[in-house]
Amino acid sequence: MPLDDDLSSPLSEEELARRRTLTLLGAGALTAAGLGTAVVGYRFFEPNVFYEEDARVGIGRPEEIAPGSVMVLPKKRLYVVRNADGSFYALSSICTHLGCMTRYVPENAQVACPCHGSRFSLEGKVTAGPAPRPLRRLKMSLERGILIVDASQEIPAGQLFKVT
Amino acid sequence: MRDLVKRLTGTAFYRSIFRHGFADTNRNRSLAVFTNFFLHIHAVKVRRRAIAFRRTGYLGGLSAACFFILLVTGILLMFYYRPSVPEAYHDMKDLQFVVSAGVFLRNLHRWSAHAMVALVLAHMAVTFFRGAYRPPREFNWVIGVFLMLATVLLSYTGYLLPWDQLAYWAVTVGTNMAEAAPIVGAKLKLLLLGGHTINAAALLRFYVLHCVLLPFWLVLGLCVHIWRVRKDGGIYLPPPAPSAATDEDQA
Repeated sequence: MPLDDDLSSPLSEEELARRRTLTLLGAGALTAAGLGTAVVGYRFFEPNVFYEEDARVGIGRPEEIAPGSVMVLPKKRLYVVRNADGSFYALSSICTHLGCMTRYVPENAQVACPCHGSRFSLEGKVTAGPAPRPLRRLKMSLERGILIVDASQEIPAGQLFKVT
Repeated sequence: MRDLVKRLTGTAFYRSIFRHGFADTNRNRSLAVFTNFFLHIHAVKVRRRAIAFRRTGYLGGLSAACFFILLVTGILLMFYYRPSVPEAYHDMKDLQFVVSAGVFLRNLHRWSAHAMVALVLAHMAVTFFRGAYRPPREFNWVIGVFLMLATVLLSYTGYLLPWDQLAYWAVTVGTNMAEAAPIVGAKLKLLLLGGHTINAAALLRFYVLHCVLLPFWLVLGLCVHIWRVRKDGGIYLPPPAPSAATDEDQA
């Protein structure tokens, strides 16, 4: 006697319709669960709290900074320049090429990156090497007599901060 | 002596492990291979010219051997290394100067890692120039590309773990390269570092990738890769060159 399995017995229209509906429901549930897992998984890996240093850095009282001087703050990754006329500007010392820390060379008043040889003028302009953009110029402000540099806010090149 | 061996190999315990006899017969030789988990990587019989050193340079096997060394030395290094700031650097220095055989294990891990990258690339070059990537082995080539990716990523994530200046700036440059990717770049860097600068979160992420996720990926891929070598008909042999007679016929 031949084996009678479910593949050889024909399905009724009703059974076929039920099978299609259940397949559709199952596929839909799997898709929803997959998308949900992807979204939740992505959110898991993106931190909600950053235990990082404040982007706003207090650098001192303006009257204590001599005109025509360059402050090098390697731990804050900043250069703060006071021009001879008393105006200020702040540059990020992070190279715009691949993020290395640049170094100020006082002998020829330029900024040099040790990683791939980019060079910048003290105004932040690229003078040599692969850096695609000038050094980031950062927003400055005066709060309760203290000069503040905000490393999270970039301002247009050439803009100066004047203490009135 | 002979009696002792006979009595030991006749025990139920021994017979439960080794199921083949000793007589040097074709049947016993075959059984020795396919009843042994570790030997069954190879077929019972392989063509002598397929396993000739000149054909593959054994580069795939040597890559796998390097990975085995890296697995063992890596697990041993984990007994002393803490992935936190500033312990990571101190633990690395302890391994170099204080722990017995620490400097040997660390350097073995380091040199095997360099060798593995070189061997994997050489293995791919040989596979490519011999034409061994062609059907039916085209999918195994794809698995191989993913194994190469895992190798490079393992090398890269391991680079940060000493937490010295070289590590710090190399990963600064590397993650800024990832940031240069269009659209997803900035998010990719954020996810890699778990922050905006390289810090404790980044060290921990690289550690987990280096010690858990990427090795798991590589082991799984390696199993499928080696299994497929056999399923796709063993090591690639070029088709026999057309005989001189056929050439004359065509001419």
